[in-house]
Amino acid sequence: MDTMFAILAGLFVAAAVFLLLSRSLLRMLLGLLLLGNGVNLLILVAGRLTRIVPPILPPDGALAAAATANPLPQALILTAIVIGFALFTFLLVLAVRAYETLGADDTDAMRLAEPPPPPPSLGY
Amino acid sequence: MQQAPILLAAWLVILPVILPLLGGAALLMARRHGRFHLAIAGTVGLAVAIVDGALLWRVVATGPVSMTMGRWLPPFGISFTADATGALFALAGAVVTLVVLAYTAMDVEESRDGGAFPAMTLLLLAGVSGAFLTGDLFNLYVWFELILIASFGLLVFGGAPLALDGAVKYAVINFTATTLFLTALGLLYGALGTLNMADIFGAAPRASPAIMASVAALLATAFGIKAAAFPVNAWLPASYHTPAAAVSALLGGLLTKVGVYALLRTLMLLPASRDFLHPVIIAVAAATLVLAPLAATAETNLRRAIGYLLIGGIGSVVAGIAMPDALGTAGAVVYVVHAMLTISALYLVAGLVERRTGATDTRRMGGLYAASPTLSVLFLLLIAGIAGLPPFLGFWPKLLLLEAGAARSGLAGTATRPLDLGAAGLTICLLLNALLTLIAGARLWSHIFWRAGPEDDPSEHPARPLQAFAAREKWFGMGAVTSLAGIILLAGLWPNPLIEAGRAAAASLLDLRAYVAATGLAAPP
Repeated sequence: MDTMFAILAGLFVAAAVFLLLSRSLLRMLLGLLLLGNGVNLLILVAGRLTRIVPPILPPDGALAAAATANPLPQALILTAIVIGFALFTFLLVLAVRAYETLGADDTDAMRLAEPPPPPPSLGY
Repeated sequence: MQQAPILLAAWLVILPVILPLLGGAALLMARRHGRFHLAIAGTVGLAVAIVDGALLWRVVATGPVSMTMGRWLPPFGISFTADATGALFALAGAVVTLVVLAYTAMDVEESRDGGAFPAMTLLLLAGVSGAFLTGDLFNLYVWFELILIASFGLLVFGGAPLALDGAVKYAVINFTATTLFLTALGLLYGALGTLNMADIFGAAPRASPAIMASVAALLATAFGIKAAAFPVNAWLPASYHTPAAAVSALLGGLLTKVGVYALLRTLMLLPASRDFLHPVIIAVAAATLVLAPLAATAETNLRRAIGYLLIGGIGSVVAGIAMPDALGTAGAVVYVVHAMLTISALYLVAGLVERRTGATDTRRMGGLYAASPTLSVLFLLLIAGIAGLPPFLGFWPKLLLLEAGAARSGLAGTATRPLDLGAAGLTICLLLNALLTLIAGARLWSHIFWRAGPEDDPSEHPARPLQAFAAREKWFGMGAVTSLAGIILLAGLWPNPLIEAGRAAAASLLDLRAYVAATGLAAPP
């Protein structure tokens, strides 16, 4: 099962890279979203996949480590999801504002901060 | 489970984070009553600086201090561990924030919604202090995200089209970089089962070197983007000149330094992987050192040119990481402190220059020397500091780095060993960087201040006549910049305390036994 999940995470990241290489800002943002989800899957796989065994200690305290779900990756992923969601929301609003203000979704057309250099003079 | 009560002194480690977080939250809640926000933020900043100073004094005197929260022992609980490196950087960051807050006081009467700026600045300071003082890699990720959110807010403040354009590029690349960092964390957790920095140092030698090397490469890429080292630096000159000058100073002084600190810290935790990446680090350092000041020479936008000078400084720090001995690491640490102070001061001076000339492009500036000798002397002093001319602050870390390079390469002293080409190349690149930075800076200075007036610009926007400073601009703007320049000058003339702190920091980075012992974990073999 780990291998399947690892391949799935890889597919997520591959799709994210494909979208990130686009010039359209909206597609780049979707790529970032996919990238975040792929990485979250990766953390889940990294922290041992098991069948449904809750990480709750029995009263005598002893529990075989390999048979139990690992709660820490889930805590890490939850934190990453919350933070990623907040940042992604901001990025979406920023993209809309940039589209309204600059009139462009194409990053090649956003040249306000980096104006292209003036053409070299042709005469002497 | 941790039972012993936490020592009162250990609270020093987390106060630099708690104070600005609470202050920022309070200011955000009171944003409709924006009268004393700047004064409150300044008080909090001053308190943070005092706490950081006390922490540094304690850490240099008695070794690293650690505090673990939530009654869970490390490696499970989140530790805050301050060594001399983190405490020194946190202190420099608090000083920069304080000066920038004083600088923005000159605009407080004009700005209509100034209420959010001090709060955002405090949250940024909280993130920066947290990143410097935390002892847990996942916690470092959280502080990076807090820094990102605060810096987004600062960048788009006011919503000018130029700032939005810069913010789009800054936001997308930095979000990608933190996601790369998270990827490295996932792999690291899978390989070691821990994310506590002290524990990673002990566990890393037992893991597969191939996995550790790929983790280190991912971390180096993520932090390289954050620090704007050469192949991944294009976002910085595209965004840092777009917001107000005070925000440029804050971001330029603090954020790239957090990235380079994270690079230094994580590579020192994984010495075997650092050695594996050694050729890459040397190549990145050499390219950054030479190419960035060349780009600054070709640039006419004042703050974009300063951005390139900033990137050149990052090259010096990476050069220190490429020479991980007592001299090289001390040089890198002292250089970071120097760059934090000097780059911020330079951005603030650039803001004042832009106010007086009403232009952002050096082609439309000129003749400022006669109008404002103080400003021109300040600019010249800071340029000399960045280039590393002898009596100024920038000279001392460069000297340490050059000594390290000369000793390693066999260029100096008893040359019984064969010549180390990497270290020799770095030494030459460091010297070349000083020369090129001086050329770029002197070119900026002579264009802005020395020549009689703007060159004949064929554009449709004629240069505006020089503006006089209002009283508030004179007191708060010039006052803040002059006091920061004074700190830089004094630290350059009496560099011994800073160099001693840098040596202590290098010792704690190179020998992590005291760091591990402070967290309460068993010492590695």
